[in-house]
Amino acid sequence: MRHLTFKTATNFLLPLLLLFSIFILLRGHYLPGGGFVGGIIAAIAFVLHAFAFGLKDTRKLLKIKPMSLMPAGLALAVFSAILPIFQGLPIMTGLWMNEPIPVIGLIGTALLFDLGVYIVVLGVALTIIFTISESV
Amino acid sequence: MEIILAIIVGLLYASGIYLMLRRSLVKLVIGLVLLGNGVNLLIFLLGGLVKGKPPIIPPTDTVLGQIYADPVPQALILTAIVISFGLQSFAIVLIKRTYIVLDTDDLDQIHSAEEDEDDY
Amino acid sequence: MGINFDFLVDGLSLLFALMITGIGALVFLYTSAYMQGDRYLDRFYGYLCLFMGAMLGMVLSDNIFTLFVFWELTSISSFFLIGYNNESKASRKSALISLTVTGLGGFFLLAAFALIGNITGTYSINEMIGSAAVLKAHELYLLIIIFLFIAAFSKSAQFPLHFWLPGAMKAPTPVSTYLHSATMVKAGIYLLARFTPVLGGVLVWNNTLTIVGGFTMVYAAFHSIFKKDLKEILAFSTISALGMLVFLLGLGTSEALLAATVYIVVHALYKAGLFLVTGIIDHETGTRKIFKLSGLRKVMMPVAIAGLLAMISNAGIPPSFGFIGKDLIYESALQLNMNATVLTAVAVLANTLLLYASILVGIKPFAGPLPDTYKEVHLPDWRLWVPPLFLGAVGIILGLFPVIVEGGIITPALLSMHPTAPKIHLKLWHGFNLVLGLSAVTIMGGLLLYFSLKPSIRHEVWLAKFNKLSPQNLAIYLSRKFRDFAGLWTRLLQNGYVRIYVLVIISFLTALLAYQSFTQVRFYVDPAKISPLTSAEMVVMLILITAILYLVYTPSRLAAVAAMGVIGYCICLIFVFYSAPDLAMTQFAVDTLTVILFVLVLYRLPKYITYSNWLIRLRDGLVALFFGLLITILGLEVLNEPTSKETTQFFAENSYTLAKGKNVVNVILVDYRGIDTMVEITVLTIAALGVFALLKLQLNKYDQEL
Repeated sequence: MRHLTFKTATNFLLPLLLLFSIFILLRGHYLPGGGFVGGIIAAIAFVLHAFAFGLKDTRKLLKIKPMSLMPAGLALAVFSAILPIFQGLPIMTGLWMNEPIPVIGLIGTALLFDLGVYIVVLGVALTIIFTISESV
Repeated sequence: MEIILAIIVGLLYASGIYLMLRRSLVKLVIGLVLLGNGVNLLIFLLGGLVKGKPPIIPPTDTVLGQIYADPVPQALILTAIVISFGLQSFAIVLIKRTYIVLDTDDLDQIHSAEEDEDDY
Repeated sequence: MGINFDFLVDGLSLLFALMITGIGALVFLYTSAYMQGDRYLDRFYGYLCLFMGAMLGMVLSDNIFTLFVFWELTSISSFFLIGYNNESKASRKSALISLTVTGLGGFFLLAAFALIGNITGTYSINEMIGSAAVLKAHELYLLIIIFLFIAAFSKSAQFPLHFWLPGAMKAPTPVSTYLHSATMVKAGIYLLARFTPVLGGVLVWNNTLTIVGGFTMVYAAFHSIFKKDLKEILAFSTISALGMLVFLLGLGTSEALLAATVYIVVHALYKAGLFLVTGIIDHETGTRKIFKLSGLRKVMMPVAIAGLLAMISNAGIPPSFGFIGKDLIYESALQLNMNATVLTAVAVLANTLLLYASILVGIKPFAGPLPDTYKEVHLPDWRLWVPPLFLGAVGIILGLFPVIVEGGIITPALLSMHPTAPKIHLKLWHGFNLVLGLSAVTIMGGLLLYFSLKPSIRHEVWLAKFNKLSPQNLAIYLSRKFRDFAGLWTRLLQNGYVRIYVLVIISFLTALLAYQSFTQVRFYVDPAKISPLTSAEMVVMLILITAILYLVYTPSRLAAVAAMGVIGYCICLIFVFYSAPDLAMTQFAVDTLTVILFVLVLYRLPKYITYSNWLIRLRDGLVALFFGLLITILGLEVLNEPTSKETTQFFAENSYTLAKGKNVVNVILVDYRGIDTMVEITVLTIAALGVFALLKLQLNKYDQEL
């Protein structure tokens, strides 16, 4: 499968797909999309890279272990959930900034939570795929 | 349309169950996947089929219009799809591991292997 | 709940409490010498104390449920004590049998108490006496007393639930003395006595007790004379004595109850004494076989005296307390209006046989010449022979001066069973009358029997012929059958084959659904609710159906996985058609990943093999298709029902106003049902860790050997 065309295509596809996944994540609150699907698209991008260049290169590219993404994402999600407590509000109350930021849009705990989901899903998918392909 | 979809759901259930009744572990897991798909579709079907009206509030409005697809079953199915991914990957790896250890995917042989252990 | 630790001391409780503590103290003293040097002595004392506490609690409880708990505790401590020699198989088996029988009785006791509590509205026994009339007139009265009788008979070893008691003699002698003759087995008697003022006095109560008690006392007494082991003789004579007590409680007159009260004391004194004597013989000579023992008086005189005293009390020879008890028994039987002759004759017969048994135990080992083998036997530690001697002496002293117990113990005990009993006066000498005659007949009969019937193995063999019909064997047979049945049932349903489980569950579900469908489904679909079918959708559906069929029939694994992928993509398209963009995207991405996964793993797995024949496949296919058909019908049926859209409405109206989101599905996931999503990603994490662990951990040695 390590065809030159494939490799070259992947070189372009990886950043594009990653950008696309983040785009999907960000627009999730207003249009179809969200953390789940965004995370899986990002995972597919890396899997594609792994097929083209081999697992070792992908791991190098990733820099961090995919497994460590899972606790990070979980922690982020939990953090966004308990953030309202510090303001005396019940857990998981939605908090929002008053002014929207350009490109990203309105930021709130919901987005933070979705980002957590995104990271967890990415970590889970990559962990599973990488583990399996390494043991084959 | 609903009728055909209902038939498809029935078919997914039937094939899922049929595969689960086979002795091969691989078939068992594929049957599980089919059954999961069947359940998702059934929930989707029961939520009511609406064409071209996704549950997304138009940019100019603050509430959904009168006719729209039901978001509740959709949220449910979304969760189910992602969870079943976790389940399926775990199951498939379990098969692999079983095969490595016992060198068979025949459930009957796996079963008798357990029996032997009990005799010790 | 009304379940409290309510305690009440009245005459009856006092009588039993004194017996428990009094004999208990002697047994503890005896144990200290008997079990000297035993490895688990601490444990033994612990069990014994547990039992003593439980027994005391039982007789002092006023609350029926507290009583029940203590009742069960006595069964459990008895289990431990019988199985004390836990290395002996017979011991374990006996412990199990006795626990089973008495535990079974416990169930019935709880049932009886629940019924009584429900009817009377109180759990206090003392308060129940006020509701006695209500209970006796109640339609469930019969059921209550049946339950109560089963409980009492199981504990007090009445026919046909008596068979656990001889087995219980496997326990060390102090236990047999304490639990299985003097106290625990009297718990059933106590129960019956306790509930006599509440439930007694009805014809069926009296007749059942009289018949069961009468039969048990003759049956067991008859068995006892054929036994060769000292302890077995005593076991059967104990059953017989318990039968006598039940019989007296059944007669129910104030004389009979008085006789029962006195006999409880008499029996406790002499039976405990005889057991202790047996224990000493066993301890010193190492055998309990009656035909091997003789002449022991020459080496252990005090023990022989204790045996003699106990025998005198047992036989009812004046001036013992047993004589008073026996007099009262005959008197109460004679004074009956109905069947007085028959019942008296039964009592005399049983007493005669019992007398023979007591001579065997109390006199026979000590009389005659001393065999050479026992020349070395010497008098044991004083802690062994003082308790039985003391008990025997008390039996005689009470006979001479019954006034000691008359006012303080016997009268209150009688009054708590029979509140209107006339004033009593215990005395040794009644003058020459019919009762004295009967006593003489009993003693003569016993002695005659002793001299004419020499103990030998032959009798036991002869008796063993009837063993097949004995309740014990019937019970063992039943329990064995039950076990076989359970095994069969398990093999049938819990056989470890997943597909059989699935098959059974699905078949059962199908049958239920089919039944419901036939009776309630209208098989009608509202045309107005059906959306039209476009050609694009038609094509997708066709592909989907083809893929499913292909998946089931393909012999290739990769083809199957590919078909699975196609099915997933088709479903994704269906989501697109019907306004679910989020689902479509997710389904698409997940399906891709799943297919990659399956290909990665299955690549190295073996080829599909068809393991089953066409008949099984046909059966499974039919079950599966039928189930699928029912799901289709069910789905269409549900579509006909009007659905409530309240939740949906809420989300439609509030997702932007409250959560500032316009994609309602996403808002539900990350905001309204955020906790669910949190748990979901946790589950995903766990699955990933599971995968990692399954594949990365090295096979250990054991696995590789497999």
